[in-house]
Amino acid sequence: MSYLTRDQLLARIRAEVPELSPREVHERMKQDPSLTVIDIREREEWLEGHLPGARHISRSFLELQIELVQPDRKAPIVLYCAGGTRSLLAAHNLRELGYENVISMRGGFSGWVNADLPFKVPRFLRDDQRERYARHLILPELGEDGQIRLLDARVLIVGAGGLGSPAALYLAAAGVGTLGIVDYDNVDRTNLQRQILHGESTVGVPKVESAIQRLKDLNPDVEVIGYRQPLTSANAFDILRGYDVVLNGSDNFPTRYLVNDACHLLGIPLVDASIFMFEGQVTVYQPADPARAIEGGPCYRCLYPDPPPPGEVPSCAEAGVLGVLPGIIGSIQAVEAIKLITGIGRPLVGRLLMYDALDQSFRTLNVRRDPACPLCGEHPTITELIDYEQFCGVATLPTPTAAIRMPLPVAAAR
Amino acid sequence: MSTVFIPTTLRRLTGNQSRLSIEGATVGEILTALDRTYPGFAERLFDGNGQVKRFINIFVNDEEIRTLQGLATAVGPNDTISIVPAMAGGA
Ligand SMILES: [Zn+2]
Repeated sequence: MSYLTRDQLLARIRAEVPELSPREVHERMKQDPSLTVIDIREREEWLEGHLPGARHISRSFLELQIELVQPDRKAPIVLYCAGGTRSLLAAHNLRELGYENVISMRGGFSGWVNADLPFKVPRFLRDDQRERYARHLILPELGEDGQIRLLDARVLIVGAGGLGSPAALYLAAAGVGTLGIVDYDNVDRTNLQRQILHGESTVGVPKVESAIQRLKDLNPDVEVIGYRQPLTSANAFDILRGYDVVLNGSDNFPTRYLVNDACHLLGIPLVDASIFMFEGQVTVYQPADPARAIEGGPCYRCLYPDPPPPGEVPSCAEAGVLGVLPGIIGSIQAVEAIKLITGIGRPLVGRLLMYDALDQSFRTLNVRRDPACPLCGEHPTITELIDYEQFCGVATLPTPTAAIRMPLPVAAAR
Repeated sequence: MSTVFIPTTLRRLTGNQSRLSIEGATVGEILTALDRTYPGFAERLFDGNGQVKRFINIFVNDEEIRTLQGLATAVGPNDTISIVPAMAGGA
């Protein structure tokens, strides 16, 4: 009885099955997005990465399932495996089923990767994540897609204080994958009345360190990046760039104008809020993005073109703040961040939400883009970051906060 | 009488009252009347040219008066006026 060696068999199949290089397959997929491309490797191999747009059928199920994927015997079908041999044998089998136009990708998935072509690692939640986020997964508005978006999202929180504390806790609990936190301060005992990220055990510890400890314990899925430095015109772009959403919990006007300008210039939506005694304000500044069909809304400068003169508006340190108030307002900021990330609901763009704890009332006021706004208006004059201390006239004011900032080497640039 | 919401930052001037009923046909008239009853308001609200300071927004119902007729915006008895200044607190 005569038999073929493996190499003879492959040579014979090569004579009948056309082969394309990964680059050629890539080209054909671009020209014909509906081209049937089938990954015939084992499931574990598929899960580690595959061609974008490919379907998966294990070699052992190929003949049984091919008709479900492509019933047309004349349609072109590209098969690939890891190195290009299994797909050649599989193509031979499909030809026996009557498929006339089966192509094998030479070099397989490793050839594709070596050619630097894009590949996709499929996303799925681990079992422990399905458990942790179970109450999100059953919400039809979120579901697995929404949860994966949260896990892929990057949110920067400016200030790990009253507003930043509840926002960071809820966003970490919700599974926001990357949380950046900017704060140069240490935890002080007077913070604990409202800054629930921190505790007696972290008094004296840098706030970003205290935050990382607490958030890691709450949800190890979350990568927390601490920036223990004041946000300045010199570092704002470097810190903010790459974040999907910025949440403002700062406590002074220069930083508020800086964060607004930097977010607008980088095109990042900003969830802004401020608090005073028993009252809070929240809104979302969304820069226009025609490419993504985002109309956008006003910015901080549209609402407040000029800062108040130093001393005219007292600070929380001077006038006090109800400890629960930032809990409510910061939590609303977290809700808005989640809505922006997952695209659900109607964000607070162009609307200013006012909360009065004594009256226990919420009111929403319409705020509009100012065509004359120096930042987001029709003829912008602010096209880069400026000196915000000078803009707010703070440098001339010998407040205790300014004195604390003085020894920091970068304070002058604020 | 229109209802005027007083922001926390200015309640020291009103003896901590958060909403007041004030008589007037326009926003300007009402704010002037407010200053007559509670002296100090005009200084806090208006700049040297009699314009609303740039870090304060005045709303009639849901709309900011710069998008309406400014201080000349007419106000009816069922309208509410909100004074909303910039606040910086967050920590
Ligand atoms: Zn603007």
